[in-house]
Amino acid sequence: MVLILNEYVNPRSIDEAYSLFLENRKNYIKGGGAWLKLTLKSAEKLISLDKLNLDKIIVSNDLIEIGSMTTLREIETNENIVNLYNGILSKACHNIMGINVRNIATIGGTVMSRLAFSDIYPALLVMDTTLVFYKLGEVSLSDFLRKPMKERDILLSIKIKKKEGSGFYKKVATTALDFSIINFAIVKTNNKYMISIGSTPYIASLAYDTMEFLNKQLEITSKEIEKAISILLEEIKVSDNTRSSKDYRVELIKTYFKRGIKKVNANAS
Amino acid sequence: MQVNLTVNNELKSFVCEPGEYLLDTLRKYNYLSVRRGCDNTSCGVCTVLLDGKPVPSCSVLTASVANRSITTVEGIQGEAEKLGLYFGEEGADQCGFCNPSLALTVYAMKKELYEPTQEEIKEYLVGNLCRCTGYIAQERAIKKYMGDKS
Repeated sequence: MVLILNEYVNPRSIDEAYSLFLENRKNYIKGGGAWLKLTLKSAEKLISLDKLNLDKIIVSNDLIEIGSMTTLREIETNENIVNLYNGILSKACHNIMGINVRNIATIGGTVMSRLAFSDIYPALLVMDTTLVFYKLGEVSLSDFLRKPMKERDILLSIKIKKKEGSGFYKKVATTALDFSIINFAIVKTNNKYMISIGSTPYIASLAYDTMEFLNKQLEITSKEIEKAISILLEEIKVSDNTRSSKDYRVELIKTYFKRGIKKVNANAS
Repeated sequence: MQVNLTVNNELKSFVCEPGEYLLDTLRKYNYLSVRRGCDNTSCGVCTVLLDGKPVPSCSVLTASVANRSITTVEGIQGEAEKLGLYFGEEGADQCGFCNPSLALTVYAMKKELYEPTQEEIKEYLVGNLCRCTGYIAQERAIKKYMGDKS
């Protein structure tokens, strides 16, 4: 099967890549290409970012900056990411397909495709991630997922703030290679919780009301957890799809929310 | 368009379409050990090594890997034969369709992981599906191969 493509281009600068991208609505940026066959049948030009040095993970005292062309396998195995919040981002990457796919799939391609079943979004959301675009500059991932972008742009990197804290990540799927029924991430840092659930089957979002409730509590007992679950199920949208019923998803959310809160509290103490 | 690739340590020139996938190019040029399975990234039977790392050739554009190094199972013949012997000993072979890709992934794992646990072996190979064996005999054979330092 051939992608109907007029030209495969390797620009030498971001500016050149951006100009090519704006030149024609049928010109596309290529991420890793793992889902190319399933998502793109024809294009005028396919613009590669391979020569633009966007595949680095740069770690400073308070920040991890991941180039958009970094593969999921590089992220999964990066020591700094493995050690951040109990490795929730490494775990999220680790659960995606096989190693052969993770050797080509990139974080940029994954973030930009806005796939509702993405296992990466919950982990990134709870780590207060921002996206760095060539023209638009920095945008929070949460805003990016809520509002479609008005202009075409190129994702250069993602930035994760490095903080002390504990994390929990869980993907539930029928088989190892299947898409998620739900995916779930919690981070606790400075006694504040960040909670995100995705693939409900809707795209991941932060559970703001639940976080606000938990962050006001002086102590978290099973009573507070039960109350938080009812708030959570009020604020997130859960439905049926071919992978799971709504009822099953709700039960999974209740179970893994309890386990997650207990885990981050145990890790933090 | 013309794309230069190093395949099994030999520099080669291939003529392909800009949107042609590596699997199609390799098979067109008679690298027939690279198999076509699901053709959509799921089964791993088309796996080759790109600069030593396993990738699904059905989802890699040939143009995107110009001037890079590709290894098919013919490029690791000695190691593949060694693994094959363990497969034979353990009764891990059935139709053999997935064997070339599995051999390449196991070879990459041996290079990457030092004394992996059973769980790590399973996780590394999760992207290589086998419809015949049920994996148990393969696991035994691969474990023996991983321990073979000869």
